[in-house]
Amino acid sequence: MCGIVGLLLKTPSLRGQLGELMVPMLIGMTERGPDSAGLAVFSQPLPEGQRKISVYSGLTPEADRYDWSSLVGSLNEALKVSATAQLKGNHAVITFEGDVDPVKDWLKAFNPKLHLLSAGRSIDLYKDIGTPSQVAARYGFNQLSGSHLVGHTRMATESAVTPDRAHPFTAGEDFCLVHNGSLSNPNGIRRMLEPRGIKFETDNDTEAACRFLEWRLREGDDLQGALQKGFEALDGFYTFLMGTSTELALIRDPFACKPAVVAETDDYVAIASEFRSLAHLPDIQHATVFEPAPEEMYVWKT
Amino acid sequence: MENVSFGASQSLSFDLSSATVRQLNQHLHSPATELADQHVEVFNPDGAHNLAVGINAPVKVTIHGHAGYYAAGMNKFADVTIEGSASTGAAENMMSGKVHIKGFASNSAGASAHGGLLVIDGDAGLRCGISLKGGDIVVGGSVGSFSGFMAQAGRMVVCGHAGDALGDSLYEAVIYVRGDIKSLGADAQIEPLLDADISALTQLLQDAGFEHDPHSFKRVASARTLYHWNADAEQEY
Repeated sequence: MCGIVGLLLKTPSLRGQLGELMVPMLIGMTERGPDSAGLAVFSQPLPEGQRKISVYSGLTPEADRYDWSSLVGSLNEALKVSATAQLKGNHAVITFEGDVDPVKDWLKAFNPKLHLLSAGRSIDLYKDIGTPSQVAARYGFNQLSGSHLVGHTRMATESAVTPDRAHPFTAGEDFCLVHNGSLSNPNGIRRMLEPRGIKFETDNDTEAACRFLEWRLREGDDLQGALQKGFEALDGFYTFLMGTSTELALIRDPFACKPAVVAETDDYVAIASEFRSLAHLPDIQHATVFEPAPEEMYVWKT
Repeated sequence: MENVSFGASQSLSFDLSSATVRQLNQHLHSPATELADQHVEVFNPDGAHNLAVGINAPVKVTIHGHAGYYAAGMNKFADVTIEGSASTGAAENMMSGKVHIKGFASNSAGASAHGGLLVIDGDAGLRCGISLKGGDIVVGGSVGSFSGFMAQAGRMVVCGHAGDALGDSLYEAVIYVRGDIKSLGADAQIEPLLDADISALTQLLQDAGFEHDPHSFKRVASARTLYHWNADAEQEY
């Protein structure tokens, strides 16, 4: 199984409540995905020239007692940057001036057990094992603000239950993807991408889809163009929900094997695997509720 | 129980914001003589699964909102109305009675229904009426791909359009489509409407509450070329 949720707030004054509105959506998908949960939240981008990365220390021996301030100190000294960190236990959002790649490389050399969750100007990402309510409480999801988010509850079928194999997956900057379903050709995709210099971090099938689509975007396709190539290249069952700094996008495989439902009002667009996760949303009685068609692209802009 | 309230004669309501689906279904599984002519209303269904499944009594049920998976599945005798939409497997394996979905229905609506009438005012998803075994389905909107797949008996009426592979590997069920058919499945063919089709359509449309000219439908039925093994086909269907 697995559960997917997404929420895009059209009304800027609601953006402070993004997390509060989303947590019941995520918890509503517990039966579909009780083993791990995660979300990517997109907010006002940092100024051009600045970047932020979400980093997970749960795989290090120190876990949620990781010494982030010492890490930031070493980073600043090594790369002559003035990075700062916002901390939530085993998770930190580190903001700095300059490009992502040198920081990424430094981080990997500094401590290979640290896991880079996301990078960009507007994305923050949290994911971990545990029930959706445990993960939401651990990272204070109800306090999150922003314009849109992509969330996931996992019932693992294709790879082990570990934090790095939880969703969302990211690739490049300000791009994430969550998946309900299973792909039948992730290794073929991987064999096609790896010679092009694209590195994989897990054996998870969703990571192949995420890296494939981000590669197409980087090669110059727009989101629609990339998704069209996704329909051609990715084989299997899927509902994919993707986030960029300004959009949410949804596609379903041609057989519509995995569910999705959308509710739209003047204030928001909400997406979930099932209506159960939308039932609590404000003014849902008057929302336009529909089921997205298979092999169609749905893109909502902030 | 506070969350279950009796109204005027023979009316009972379950508010699922506090009552459980199990309480509702256990009530709906009371002896048929107790349930006969009752009207059970369900509030705040909020997409819960398995609402009003396995009823075996002439009871009337109204679900005020959206239903989750398998709503009114295995229905026998009951008249179930869903005011909102229904998710996967609505009225699956219905034996008799009527299920009316006022919104849209997701995949596999009316799957393997043996009898009764399923009415969907909106669109139905993929595989509507898959393996239909004698029930009737009337869809006010369009149906998705692979609808009527391997349908054995019964009738499907589609007032809108049909997706790909309509009626693939049909047996003796008959499908009527008013709009466009994106593609027919293996062994499905369009046939002329006969008088018996017009009277069947007239009755089904009336029972479902839709006003369309029965002559505006196409009849899709099995060409029966798959009924017997053809060694010369070389897997070309």
